[in-house]
Amino acid sequence: MGTHNHTHNFSERFYFTGKPKSWSLIAIVIGVLAIAYGFLTNHAERTFANLLLMGYYFTCVCAAGLFFCAVQYMAQAGWSAGLLRIPQAFAKVLPIAALILIIICASGLFTHNLYHHWHSEEAAHDPVIIGKSSFLNVPFFLTRLVVFLGAYCIFGYFLTKYSNNEDLEGGMKNYNKSFALSAAFLVVFGFTTPIWAFDTIMSLEAHWFSTMFGWYNFAAMWVSGLSAITITVILLKRSGHLTWINDNHLHDLGKFMFAFSIFWTYVWFSQFLLIYYANMPEETVYFYKRWEPEYKPWFWLNIIINFVSPVLILMTRDAKRKEGMLLFVAILLLCGHWLDYYMMIMPGTVASERTFGIVEIGTAIGFVGLFSFLMLNALSKKSLVPVNHPFLDESLHHHI
Amino acid sequence: MSNTKYILGHFEDPDDMMHGIDKLQENNIGIYDVFTPMPIHGIESKLGYKRSRLPIAAFCFGLTGTITAFSLLYFCLVYDWPMNIGGKPAFAMPDFVPIMFELTVLFGSYGMCFTFFFKNHLFPGRAPRVMDLRATDDRFVIAIDAHKNPYPEKIDNLLKEAGAVEIKHNERKYVSYE
Repeated sequence: MGTHNHTHNFSERFYFTGKPKSWSLIAIVIGVLAIAYGFLTNHAERTFANLLLMGYYFTCVCAAGLFFCAVQYMAQAGWSAGLLRIPQAFAKVLPIAALILIIICASGLFTHNLYHHWHSEEAAHDPVIIGKSSFLNVPFFLTRLVVFLGAYCIFGYFLTKYSNNEDLEGGMKNYNKSFALSAAFLVVFGFTTPIWAFDTIMSLEAHWFSTMFGWYNFAAMWVSGLSAITITVILLKRSGHLTWINDNHLHDLGKFMFAFSIFWTYVWFSQFLLIYYANMPEETVYFYKRWEPEYKPWFWLNIIINFVSPVLILMTRDAKRKEGMLLFVAILLLCGHWLDYYMMIMPGTVASERTFGIVEIGTAIGFVGLFSFLMLNALSKKSLVPVNHPFLDESLHHHI
Repeated sequence: MSNTKYILGHFEDPDDMMHGIDKLQENNIGIYDVFTPMPIHGIESKLGYKRSRLPIAAFCFGLTGTITAFSLLYFCLVYDWPMNIGGKPAFAMPDFVPIMFELTVLFGSYGMCFTFFFKNHLFPGRAPRVMDLRATDDRFVIAIDAHKNPYPEKIDNLLKEAGAVEIKHNERKYVSYE
């Protein structure tokens, strides 16, 4: 209270050099080698499933960064102003992530490694698939993917641009523009993310459907995005940056992760309970596949990592204010949501030939490296704080 | 010894009041309590207040709700009168979850609410006890126990230096018994 003497160096920049850069590049090389290994050892379908998993995860985390910015503008939140540059960096990576996802989906589609449930010779004579074909056909599928992801990228571009202009010009003009743009973005995002999830993931098992699936994917996206933001904030803080971020900001991020882990469980369970209770064969097939011996342990582990552990670890106030604890939980949640996506994708693609080996680990490492490389590169382009953000002072004195 | 029980320092500005708390603490004068018309950030830590134990109560109430729901469901649906519902076993755990969740929330929220009312003496028929009425309106009031802190003149001077606009020497603790 009453500390109006700013001792923070706002002109300080993050320079993307040294260890973070070399480790990111090494991770990318590992990823490329693992993918090449997968294709060369005749595991094309499995490699494509992994590429889809990580491509989708990567795009989701970047989109969640953009969503975070939009939510903060829309709520006119003050606490987050000091760390807004990090989700903005996520949003800047979104175009590349989206491009990679579109390439993976399109090539998987045309080489019949993905989506052959509704895109193959047999599917053409399947009455269920024919019934869905006015929506689920190749041109419309690709158009939707490109239009949705393109729209997110455009919103992301303008939102970061307004923040840049704000740094240079000051005043409320850019903030007001960001506010209006965020409102429009949230409407578009809210209506399109479920369809995006239906297209990319749910159509892997095109006979099955669940109206909860879109929100289930949204919850997974939001939790993993928040975890990625928390990890980035903590690691930057540990390397001596972001001196203005204190326990109170971390506490808020912790609350976010805690609350939305419960939200994820809520949606996951709603989907499960409806299918379990109605007990209709065309719906229960989804959980039968995930109840097979090769998936059952992972099915339970998914719930333990993504629900039980954040609830038990982050329940107390003190745990949310401890940097190390928060970092641990955030990393755990990121791994947990990898498993979550794994459970969504694998039974519908490689099915009983499920494996966990070089391709899975390598692809994941590669995409993590790609993400950290692109994101930190985007972060190093601007100062680490939006200096003319109207709520910056509130963020500096954030206290809960 | 005078009959003064409590010395109340009135401030018009919260920053002056915070300054007054510092001044008193520097001079080892114990503060009984502080009354403000609005919440002030950082005041709890300055006065050395412990955090509320309400979350612990909430956890216990919530747990009570979960156990109540489970016991009731188990007694009704498994032990006392098992029925065939959709061909499912009597002890169908997923069906129990929404009810257990709802009762956890219900017990947690009501329990917390009533604990709060009980602890703060807020229930029908109870006249509120206030040390100074203007603390509910536009004044920031520091209360000092006059029996535990001798030299009232010194306290008066410290409060005045900090910017107190009015100082009261009250002979009874509350202004509004009934």
